[in-house]
Order: sequence, then C-alpha cells, then structure tokens
Amino acid sequence: MTALATAGIVSLPILTIVWSLTQPAWAVWAHLWQTQLPELLLNTLGLVGGVALGVLVLGTTLAWLVVTCEFPGRRVFEWALVLPLALPAYVIGFVFLGVFEYSGPVQTALRGGLGPGARLPDLRAGWGVVLMMTLVYYPYVYTLARAALAEQAPEFLESARALGRSRTAVLFAVTLPLVRPALAAGTVLACMESLADFGTVATFSVRTLTEAIYRVWHGMFDRAAATQLASILLAVAGGLLVLERLSRGRARFTHARRLARPPVRLRLHGLRALGATLLCAGTLGLAFALPVGQLVLWAIQSAGRGGVPDEFGQALSQTLALAGTAAVVVVAVAILLAYARRLQPTRLVAAATRVAGLGYALPGAVVAVGVLLPLAWLDRALATGLELLTGVPPGLLLTGSVTGVLFAYLVRFLAVGGQSIEASLARIPRGLDEAARSLGARGGRTLRAIHLPLAHRGLLAAVMLVFVDVMKELPATLLLRPFGVETLAVLIWRRTAESLWVEAALPALALVLAGLGPVAVAMRLAGADARPLDSRPEPPT
Amino acid sequence: MPRRSWIGIARSGLALVVALMAAAVVATPPAAAELVLYSSRHYPKEPAFEAFTKKTGITLKVFHASDAELFERLKAEGDRTPADVLITVDAGNLWNAARAGYLAPVDSAELARNIPAHLRDPQGRWFALAVRARTIMYNTTRVKPEELSTYAALGDSKWKGRLCLRSSAHIYNQSLLATMIKRYGEPRTEAIVHGWVANQPIIINGDAKILEAIAAGQCDVGVTNTYYLGRALAKDPSLPVRPFWPDQAGPGVHVNVSGAGVIIHSKHRAEAVKFLEFLSTPEAQAVWAEASFEYPANPQVAPEPLLAKWGTFKMDDINVAAAGEFQAAATKLADRAGYR
Repeated sequence: MTALATAGIVSLPILTIVWSLTQPAWAVWAHLWQTQLPELLLNTLGLVGGVALGVLVLGTTLAWLVVTCEFPGRRVFEWALVLPLALPAYVIGFVFLGVFEYSGPVQTALRGGLGPGARLPDLRAGWGVVLMMTLVYYPYVYTLARAALAEQAPEFLESARALGRSRTAVLFAVTLPLVRPALAAGTVLACMESLADFGTVATFSVRTLTEAIYRVWHGMFDRAAATQLASILLAVAGGLLVLERLSRGRARFTHARRLARPPVRLRLHGLRALGATLLCAGTLGLAFALPVGQLVLWAIQSAGRGGVPDEFGQALSQTLALAGTAAVVVVAVAILLAYARRLQPTRLVAAATRVAGLGYALPGAVVAVGVLLPLAWLDRALATGLELLTGVPPGLLLTGSVTGVLFAYLVRFLAVGGQSIEASLARIPRGLDEAARSLGARGGRTLRAIHLPLAHRGLLAAVMLVFVDVMKELPATLLLRPFGVETLAVLIWRRTAESLWVEAALPALALVLAGLGPVAVAMRLAGADARPLDSRPEPPT
Repeated sequence: MPRRSWIGIARSGLALVVALMAAAVVATPPAAAELVLYSSRHYPKEPAFEAFTKKTGITLKVFHASDAELFERLKAEGDRTPADVLITVDAGNLWNAARAGYLAPVDSAELARNIPAHLRDPQGRWFALAVRARTIMYNTTRVKPEELSTYAALGDSKWKGRLCLRSSAHIYNQSLLATMIKRYGEPRTEAIVHGWVANQPIIINGDAKILEAIAAGQCDVGVTNTYYLGRALAKDPSLPVRPFWPDQAGPGVHVNVSGAGVIIHSKHRAEAVKFLEFLSTPEAQAVWAEASFEYPANPQVAPEPLLAKWGTFKMDDINVAAAGEFQAAATKLADRAGYR
C-alpha cells in the first residue's frame, strides 16, 4: 500500500501531462502538424535510435574487452572508462563546438596548413548530437554490461567452445544473450536521457520534440500546449520500457550458484592488443581528456582575467548538499518501489512503479512545472491556514524551500536509482526470500536482514549515480530552487546563456571534478557487486 | 555493510532535509531594507546594482532564471511572492509579463523624463533601462559596407551560403520578426524571411558564436546584437567585424531593450520605484552602459567610447511593445517560412 501511494504521488506530475490532453490546444497542434511535427518526430526518433545504437555498440564492446581480454592498460581502462558520466552533455557539447567548429582552433589550423578550402564536416547536425550523447551516455551500458559479463560462469563459454563453436559464435550465441537485460537497461537509460535533453540540441540547432516544447512555451508563452507536446515524449519513453521488458522475455536471470573459479582472460597480442588499447584510449580521449583539458585551459584563462567569482565556493557546497540529500531521498523511494515489485509482483504494482519512473524521459522543465502546480496550490492553502491561526503571513513553505526541488529530482531520477537497485536485487536468489518467509520474517525484516546487506553495494552505486545526475540537472533546479541557492549547473547556465563560454569553464570543471569521485566509487561498487556470492562465504540459509 | 550504519545514513539524510527546509523557511520573509529581484539578465556582475546599494543602503537579492520559468513562479506564488522587481532582457518578455498581470503601473515623473516614450510601456508597467541594437554584422575584409542596405536585402541571392543567423527559436529574432510584422504586416515579413531562408543561412545558436564565424570567414554577414561585438572587440581589437546600420532610409535599426517593472504584489513598492528611478539616472546609466556595452536608454548619456566609434544611427521608433504583441505570430511565421 505504501508503495502504491508513493508511486501515485511520484506519478502526479506525469499524470498532469496526460490530463492536459483532455483540453487539447488544437490550434497549436494544427500549426505544428502543418509545419514541423513529422520532422520533429523523425529527428527525435533518429536521435534516440542513433544514441541507442551508439551506446550499445560502444558500451558493449568496451565492457567485453575489459572483462574477457587482457591488453596493455586494461586495469586502468576498466575503471576510467566510466568517467565521462561525470560530464553533462551540454558541457561536452559546448566544448566540442568550441574546439571543432569552423572558427575553432582545429579547423583554423587545418586552413592554415591546407589552404582556405580545408574544412571538417559541421558538428551542428543530428550526427553531432548523437556523437556527443554516445560519448557521455555509453557508460550506462558499459557499467551494467561489465558487471553482467563479469559474473558469467566461464563454464558456459568453455562448454560451447568444447562443442566446437568459434569464439565469435560463442559471443553471439552465449555471451550476449546472457547479458541482454543489462544491455537493455543501460540503453534505455541513455535513450531517456537523450529524449529529455534540451541543452545540447539547442546548442547544436537540432530540432527535436523537447526543443519544440521550449519553442511553444517560451516563444508562444503557451505552457498548456507545451505540456501536451510532452505527452509524445511520454509515449516514446513508455514504448522504450515495453521494448526493454520484451527483450527480457520470460527469462529470469538470478544466479544462485557460486562461480567455480575466476574467469580466464584471453591475452591479446600484437595488432589486436594495440587495437583494443587504442579503442579504449580513443574513447577516453574524446569523451573525457579532450573536454576536461579544454575546460582546464579556459578556466585558467578566465581565472587569470577575472579571478574566481565570490559566489563560486558557496555554489559548490550548495550543489553537494542538495545532490547528497536528493540522492538519499531518491534511493530510499526506489528501494521501496523495487521491493514492492519483488514481494508483490502484481500487475498493478508493476504498472504503478513503471509509470513512476517515466519522469526520466521528460525535460526537467516539464517535470518542474508538473511539480510546481500542485505544490503551489498546497502552499497557498497552507499559508492561508497558518495566517488564520497565527495572524502572521508566513513565507511559502513548500515552493520557497527545498521540498519542491527535491520532489522534482525524485520524479526525474527515480528510474536511475531504480534500474541499479533492481539489477542488484535481481541477483539475490529468490530462495533466500522464501527461506526467510518460512522462518517467519516479514517483508521489512527480510529487507533489513537479507537484501540490504547483500545488495548494499548496488544501493550505494545507485546513490552515487543519482548524486551525479542531480548535480548536472539544470531546468528543474532553475525553476524550483529556494531563494539564495545557486548550484554549479545554474552558474554554468547563467554564463553560457550570455555566450560567456570561457567564463563557464570554471564552474563546469568544478562540476566534473565533484562528479568524478562518486562516479568512480559507483563503478567500483557496481563492479564488486558482480561477485558478492563467489568472493564471500554464502550467507547462512 | 552492517544494518546499523544504513539506518545511520538514512537518519543523517533526514536530518539534513529537515535542516535545509528549516533554513529556507526562516530565510523566506525578506527584511525591510532589501529588494528581491527576479532577473533573466545573467551578467556575472551588475555594477549599477552595486551603486544603488551603496547610495541607498538597500540591499538587493537576485533570483536568476529564464523568463518563462520566472513567470510560472510568479503565477504560482501569486500574492505571496517575495519578488519586488522583474528585470529582463527583451521587450517581448516585458510585454508578456505586463499582459499576465505581474507588473504594477508606476507613475514616476523621473522615469518619464529619463526614458523616451517608445522605450516604455504606455501604461507605465515597464521601462527600458538599456537599448540593444540588433543589426547586420559583416566581415570587413570580405564585404564592403556599400554592398549592404536593409534587413530584407539579406535575402538577395548574392548572400547565398554567406549568411549566418541565430535560430528563430531565440527571442531576439522573434522580436525582430514581430517588429517587422507590426511595421510591414505578415505577408511582406514572410516574404523577407523566405528570402533569408532561400540563401541557406548557417544557423548558429549564439550571437557571440556568429561573430566568431564571421571573423573566421565561415560566413560573411550575420545579424546579432551590438554589445556582443563590443565585448569581442574589447578582448581582441583586431577582430575584422563591424556593424552596419540598415534601413537608414526607412524605419531604422531594430532595437530591443533590457528593462524592468515593479511586481504587482511587491511589499516594498516605494523602494522598488526608487530602484528603477535610480537606474534611469545619467549616473547609473553610464555605469550600466560601460559594463554591458549596451546603449543607454537615457538619451542624455553618451554610449561607451568603443560604441561611439561605430557612429550614430537612426533607430526604429516603433514602441518596443510590438515585440510582445506579435511574438506568437512571429514564431509561427518563422515555422511556416522554414526558418529553423
């Protein structure tokens, strides 16, 4: 019951979007249909499809290399490959444009060397956005795939090999099907992120549904119509989740047994080893070293010119406090919902908890308005009541405090916490639940005594992931943050909105650096979680 | 991890939430000698604001967000809003704020004296505090100023592939088109935009980026606000880009404004009006113009020396409110004409 009620509250902003369809803004829909809706749909699906393909291929290949092969640098790459997750897509976007656009240093040098006709293809296109998002979102697939691959029993592969299958055949017939749920989960996260993105597509002048929502809202000041447009995003996100479920099929992927021995890595030599190293190094170079390097250069330049702004230190501490609080709240709710799904896998519970996770595919601004409307109503009722009681007009208790923005984070990032928690709960054999129940333990006790201790690494990983996502979040923070709270993302936005790219580098760099720790920790924990049952004695049952 | 530390983490998390909420609640009602500004101007420093605090002792608390979001917040907060003044860029935003009823009419002789009539709301709900000219920029090594004449002439086929524009989703361009609609009507404006689109403009989001593209030769002409060029030239005086003043034989250069109004539910109306009046004085206007490279709204004040070098120009004297009146029409017109 608690879980259903919670899921209902979290779904409120999502339901307001669906509800908005009951009063359709026909004029806006007709105008959009005549001028651009087909193009917007195609662009959006192209973006999501491109990012899906990109993160799937890149994330899986990298995970497969670091888990099953041995090559120079593998140990470093294994954890370092997750670092790009700390970069917001809008930051990597403005850095890449700055470096690779026509007036940037690379093309200027090219023209200097090869004559005025020399140029690179223009990044400001659909493929540019797909590239940016693939570079920052592949770690979702990589992380989950790596954990799943690492826990695969080597016997499966060896049996297949002994039966005469080639390595390639084993890869496609045994390995990949077994990690399919992990791949699907990671890909869905990346797709939902790219659906919700506004900053990057706006910087690259690519028209997507999310961009159109802003255009209708800010350009026609028609928020109602903008909200209705967001329902298309909901439909696409719902479709993605259904696809993910279908890809899992009936299979259940819990591993009840201990691995007999650690997997043996295939040692690569010569060109193959070089290729593997180059692929990992190249990915890291593009997705991490290059943007961070450029940010460092710009940050030095701007600090040299104007010093470090006063508001900077405060923004850093406020960002950390806000993200920390939000991470704890989001993960607590995610545990509640994931656990309800495990204990009472009824259709209603499953559907309610899925809907609650859809907020991840919505632009932050749409979520923020969905949060603001009910909260503001409650707020004014509260304030009126308090004034009647005390005679003193109080401030706004909910929208004026962190409550509003925390609620928005919950709606927006529940899916991030949920995916990771579900993955670690799924690895705990159901036999343990049954044993606990037969010994008379109720849900809460089983959770505390068995599941939390076994899945705690996955949970901490979820906390870290949500923490990083909240730090990067902009639109909901912008609208709902209480007075006097300026996060790093807000500082970045205030500068980029005025085209002060160099001045934005310092807060951007701080944001990335603050995210690196949690990302690395989350990665280690998620990796370690892959082997809880083989590295420790089995818990008493 | 043992169970106890989990509960410990949950407890300290909860304590943090409560503490933050308590802090926010306590901080909400602003003190008397303080004004709360809702602003969509994002300059890291506003020296004119600092001068006001120095002079009057009234401190300013600024809440930054973009306009549509600020409006949602004002609407949600209603008569309990802590905001006293709305400061924003673009007359379209000011017009929309006034129409939605967020701004109070202000009757101030000083503001009426300092700010020309076409740069303020006829009903006194908002006032321009700085003027921003949105004009044609050209590469001085590749284009002679004689080749340029009007905004419409950018649709001439000689500019095919040589034109850089910002996306029509940006309010600066919506206001430009809206003013044209007011002046010329929709059919003629749409024909002008068709001309631009036929030249396959390179769409670059960001005025500063357009100036870089013109300087590097990616395109030869573009349309941007002048203060971006002021900023760029202050950093690199050798930049081969200069403004051209179009339509001097016609209506003049399209101008827009940074402006402000007093929030209708402000509890500090007298101080808020005093703030606006101060910002319109020659003293504050000079400080403002020097810091932002915008043109002063008060005609008694000379522009910043770098801007003065570009010469004087005739500006469109249509009331800037047109930007708001025809904004939705402009957005739709751009969509129809295929201007991204």
